[in-house]
Amino acid sequence: MNEQGTEPMGADESQPGTALRLDRGHIQGHGGIPERFTDPGLAPHVHRLADREERAARRAERQVAMLFGISIVATIVFLVAYFAVDLHTYAFIPGIGQANLSNVILGSSLGVSLLCIGLGAIHWAKTLMPDTEVAEQRHPQRSSDESRRATVETMKAGAEASQLARRPLIKYALGGALGLFALPLVVQLAGSLGPLPKAELSTTFWRKGMRLMRDPELTPIKASDVTIGSVFHVMPEGIDKSAHFLEEKGKAAVLLMRLDPKDILIAKERDWGHDGIVAYSKICTHVGCPVGLYEQQTHHLLCPCHQSTFDVTQDCKIIFGPAHRPLPQLKITVDAEGYLMADSPFREAVGPSFWERG
Amino acid sequence: MKALASRRRHPAAIVILLLLGLMATGGLYSLLAPKSAQAAVASADDLTTGRKLFLANCATCHGLNAEGTKAGPSLVGVGAAAVDFQVGTGRMPLAGPAIQASRSDTIKFNDAQIASLAAYVATLGPGPSVPDSQFTSGDGNIARGNQLFKVNCAMCHNFAGSGGALTRGKFAPSLRNVSGRHMYEAMVTGPQSMPVFNDTNLSPTDKNDIISYMHELDKDQNPGGMTLGNLGPVSEGMFAWIFGLGLMIAAAVWLGTKAA
Repeated sequence: MNEQGTEPMGADESQPGTALRLDRGHIQGHGGIPERFTDPGLAPHVHRLADREERAARRAERQVAMLFGISIVATIVFLVAYFAVDLHTYAFIPGIGQANLSNVILGSSLGVSLLCIGLGAIHWAKTLMPDTEVAEQRHPQRSSDESRRATVETMKAGAEASQLARRPLIKYALGGALGLFALPLVVQLAGSLGPLPKAELSTTFWRKGMRLMRDPELTPIKASDVTIGSVFHVMPEGIDKSAHFLEEKGKAAVLLMRLDPKDILIAKERDWGHDGIVAYSKICTHVGCPVGLYEQQTHHLLCPCHQSTFDVTQDCKIIFGPAHRPLPQLKITVDAEGYLMADSPFREAVGPSFWERG
Repeated sequence: MKALASRRRHPAAIVILLLLGLMATGGLYSLLAPKSAQAAVASADDLTTGRKLFLANCATCHGLNAEGTKAGPSLVGVGAAAVDFQVGTGRMPLAGPAIQASRSDTIKFNDAQIASLAAYVATLGPGPSVPDSQFTSGDGNIARGNQLFKVNCAMCHNFAGSGGALTRGKFAPSLRNVSGRHMYEAMVTGPQSMPVFNDTNLSPTDKNDIISYMHELDKDQNPGGMTLGNLGPVSEGMFAWIFGLGLMIAAAVWLGTKAA
């Protein structure tokens, strides 16, 4: 019997409750989807070796017991090793290499112990526990027509008795009160999203006149210090005094390189630099990884995360990879003492794209 | 043998064979993996020997007067440090055309020969000289070296100094078990793709701190073993995907099959 209360087709000869054979229940097709799929029933049950032979069952029993036994041994090994093995002994272990002996023994014994409990339980379930297919029939979900009718009548009677339809003043007042009550919830939700980011994403710590400082020492850099082929990792002057040091550092990181001015192909790049010294934002325009892999012969800048490659001779044009926008250049100059300083803040937002920037 | 042969079709046989093979390969590799060589400080300073060695071994690519040819750059002004680094680490003479010269264990010259070669090249033009041993000994401030390494070196040479890929087949080599002198010389001369870190960028003391940190890393023992090359998320992720997920799928298949 299935849930519609019909007999599965082709099952008329079988006794109720017994499984169908696989070659039974076949229906001649007529080219369309049948109105109702018939229950094919269960495949015939195949008995396991352990069900048929006592010897096999005993062997399975021994195997399960052995797995649990291995687990017991491994647990004992763990307990002994916990106290016996020195914490600072290193040894060569094949396949793992030079490693801390205590770590390896504790980890592997605990692992074997737990694994063997699991293996034993599964082996037990698969070989010895009953594996006959059991079908549990479900009663129809639909309520009887009688109780459905009764429910509708109860609802209608309640609406009538509350006089909601007869007294519109109450109806509208209640509607207004409930409708307005939703507002405080919505207002709190919108209000708790926090302040708008304002210009934080588009601006950095860099201001005109700030010196370029070595990271992490924060010492100023003379233009003459930067020889051709050099790369300096740079932070703005005074960033350590910033209230949000790490956030500012994450946006303000700059890479300073010196190329032979003849190698620079873009006039704007040469103008914004100083005698072949150019400064570019170190934050990748793809997803914001630090682009620090500068190859001094090819003048390629590579981002280690997704292999975006920028050509420093062409104003950090993208020559490979998923980045979509060249790295922003920082306009630099030298002050009276010969130290490099920013000639203007970044003219565009550094780092990856965001909603307002597009 | 017969018992073994009769079980060769057992479902676990292939897994056991694979595991044995992997363990044998790993074990053999860790036993036979090449160890790095150490170069001693040069003593001889014979310009004539240096020039002879240069003409015999280097002039084909770098030109008779080291002026450079299509095959190799000019060596005027590279200094003794560049020669000591390139020849002392087995990068030069170049074994064959390649995208970049790699470190080699077969160093073609002895220390005296390298010193005379370096002395000869140093006469061609002013350049960085072989550093004083007080700045390459690696007894500096390890913590500061770590900071400097992370800012200036780690993006190419990896957080653990294991090296990493650059563009178009070039790579930053591993810094494990490299002598302090060679690391110092590399920073000062900027070999191949590497930028120059001159003394105003990283002072000799800074360089010594970095060397100290790298030597400390070499001494560092790995408590867990199996570093997978210390290459970060790529190799570790691949290991987890292949072995971790593979095991889970195998377990799921085993759980799902019927016993009979």
